[in-house]
Amino acid sequence: MTDYLIRGADVLGRGVADIAVCEGRIVDPELVAGSDPEIVDAAGLVALPGLVDMHTHLREPGKEDAETVLSGSRSAAAGGYTCVHAMANTAPVADTAGVVEQVHRLGRAAGFTEVVPVGAVTTGLEGKQLAELGAMARSEARVRMFSDDGICVSDPLLMRRALEYVKTFDGIIAQHAQEPRLTEGAQMNEGTVSAELGLPGWPAVAEESIIARDVLLAEHVGSRLHICHASTAGSVDLIRWAKSRGVAVTAEVTPHHLMLTDELVRSFDPVFKVNPPLRTDADVQALREALADGTIDVVGTDHAPHTAEHKCSEWTAAAMGMVGMETALSIVVEAMREHDFDFGDVARVMSATPARITGASGHGSLAIGASANIVLVDPDAPHRIEPSAHATKGRNNPFDGLEVRARITDTFFYGHRVLAAGALTTPHPAGATWTDQ
Amino acid sequence: MKHLLDTASLSRADAIGILDIAEEMTLVSEREVKKLPVLRGRTVVNLFFEDSTRTRLSFEAAAKRLSADVLNFSAKGSSVSKGESLQDTIQTISAMGADAIVVRHGGAGTAHRLAHTGWIDVPVINAGDGTHEHPTQALLDAFTLRRALAGVPASGPVAGGPRGRGLDGAKVAIVGDILHSRVARSNVHLLARLGADVHLIAPPTLLPWGVEHWPVTVHFDFDEALRSEDFAAVMMLRVQHERMHESFFPNEREYARLWGLSAARFEKLPAHTFIMHPGPMNRGFEISAAAADSPRALVLDQVENGVSVRMAVLYRLLTGQEETND
Repeated sequence: MTDYLIRGADVLGRGVADIAVCEGRIVDPELVAGSDPEIVDAAGLVALPGLVDMHTHLREPGKEDAETVLSGSRSAAAGGYTCVHAMANTAPVADTAGVVEQVHRLGRAAGFTEVVPVGAVTTGLEGKQLAELGAMARSEARVRMFSDDGICVSDPLLMRRALEYVKTFDGIIAQHAQEPRLTEGAQMNEGTVSAELGLPGWPAVAEESIIARDVLLAEHVGSRLHICHASTAGSVDLIRWAKSRGVAVTAEVTPHHLMLTDELVRSFDPVFKVNPPLRTDADVQALREALADGTIDVVGTDHAPHTAEHKCSEWTAAAMGMVGMETALSIVVEAMREHDFDFGDVARVMSATPARITGASGHGSLAIGASANIVLVDPDAPHRIEPSAHATKGRNNPFDGLEVRARITDTFFYGHRVLAAGALTTPHPAGATWTDQ
Repeated sequence: MKHLLDTASLSRADAIGILDIAEEMTLVSEREVKKLPVLRGRTVVNLFFEDSTRTRLSFEAAAKRLSADVLNFSAKGSSVSKGESLQDTIQTISAMGADAIVVRHGGAGTAHRLAHTGWIDVPVINAGDGTHEHPTQALLDAFTLRRALAGVPASGPVAGGPRGRGLDGAKVAIVGDILHSRVARSNVHLLARLGADVHLIAPPTLLPWGVEHWPVTVHFDFDEALRSEDFAAVMMLRVQHERMHESFFPNEREYARLWGLSAARFEKLPAHTFIMHPGPMNRGFEISAAAADSPRALVLDQVENGVSVRMAVLYRLLTGQEETND
């Protein structure tokens, strides 16, 4: 494997230093001095640990026309992600050891990012009985996070059991908080815009009531709970309250909920249709503050590619979801510009904390001895977002045409430069054996 | 004005312009040949993804009185029921040579989407999209009200009809299922823009969230509203059967008792209050026979004016006539 000497990068935006990469690990620069490493001139660039996405949809198996593990992995690498968690709502559903091992193997074969399958909480995402959580945890995929994402585990008793059961292997349940009866037929955020447009509303209380219930359950049984894509100011308040009581809850926000509001639905363009829906400006402001003060722990993309057939239709027939891995970092930087939020904070919410929550031990650190999962960012490269140029198959990116400043230039994935000067290169040469697991 | 998609974005001048053209259109029925040759050789397509015989017939009559050819497309039994996409449907119809599309669809925003995706390049007229808007219904309601309040026959040819005016100062109540009503939404925007004082009367379950931000006065109690306000017109809305068992209200009996225009309520109304209903009526439920059949009921005038108003809209959009009052 090629050794690298990354020269003059601003490490975490907190000081210029050199970073050396040897045999897939970060080493003392002195160690590569004699071995003629490839020099990467990183003057003016910021070095961060490779990003970790707790929430992505790679669509394989079953919906390969929307995305594959390979196309999604390339999209991840282009977005600076060295580890992504692939949600379970595939066809077949990732609810058995067989399916999670298949996704895991496909990720290794792709070789652009570490693909960690998320297991379903319930069989077939049907909310009726627990999936084989233990078998998935003990499989080669070593699943630790379970979620019925896309569907809420709405049965309170089943949720309680799931929270308790995964303590066996220090697992975590990631809840898609959506009270189903309060959101029947919902098409957008319930508010003044939905009232005017006559689209059935998805009220904030449908998210908040589930979060309130689940933090109390997690407290009662002493389990770890993760809240997917928190989207309302009320959710932030509930999470803050739960944390103040010592509940082991973590929370996620998506780039789009940090940036966009339901006013965009006035266009009836289904690119803005997503679940949970875009909320109001007051919610956006509350989410930004919560991310800055640590109430919300991580940014997860909820990258959800859809084919044109499912998006280029009338609003009510369109699928919900937006892609986002390739624009996440730029959007987070823009969204947090008004806050006291530097690249160290970006690394915290997009790499170190998600790595800690999910137990992704090879990620989240630039310390000597850590696996060489590194991303280089040009903080001052104004450009317009162009979804047609992205590696994902999904063209449903809501930020089309938006001007942003930060651009990802390089991604090192276990020591291999999968993205070089903005262009994807080759998969990791070690095939399926790169990790230190 | 290229399309008519909603009343929310319709200016007062454009609205009054359409109502004034509609006045001219009522005169066509006096002619020996009840047709104008203005749209000869043009094709109007009625694209109905939802059943609506009344609205479709009204548009068809309007187009034919302007000498246009009319193609009717009903989604039932067509390829749409076999999974054809909206894009393919609209482009197929467009390829057959449509000069205007009149669209009715169960989903809010579909007319807007057809007008803005670039799939077709002809005027789009919204004939009702989900629970969003039904702009020609609001225009015909405004036309009927303007006539009635001017003290001239509410429909039919009137040489000196009330042109150039709005509905300034008229107090209008809209009663019933506001939440699911595209008619109510279109009327709130249009009537308010024409200067009317709009009141909504409904149980809280049938009012949209955030209605307090609308340019209206809200009443939960019908009787109290009738006691405290002097309405120029009361517009009753149809309550869809499928709402009756979704706990928006306890049952039909209680709804009719509290929010129906019963004979007793009707009798208490001042003699100058007109009764409107967009049809079809649930007699004995939201409206009593006494009210529906009274001389102050404008229900059939609304239907008749619907044709003139739709003629005006087709004329305005297809002849590109730009008359502005501002």
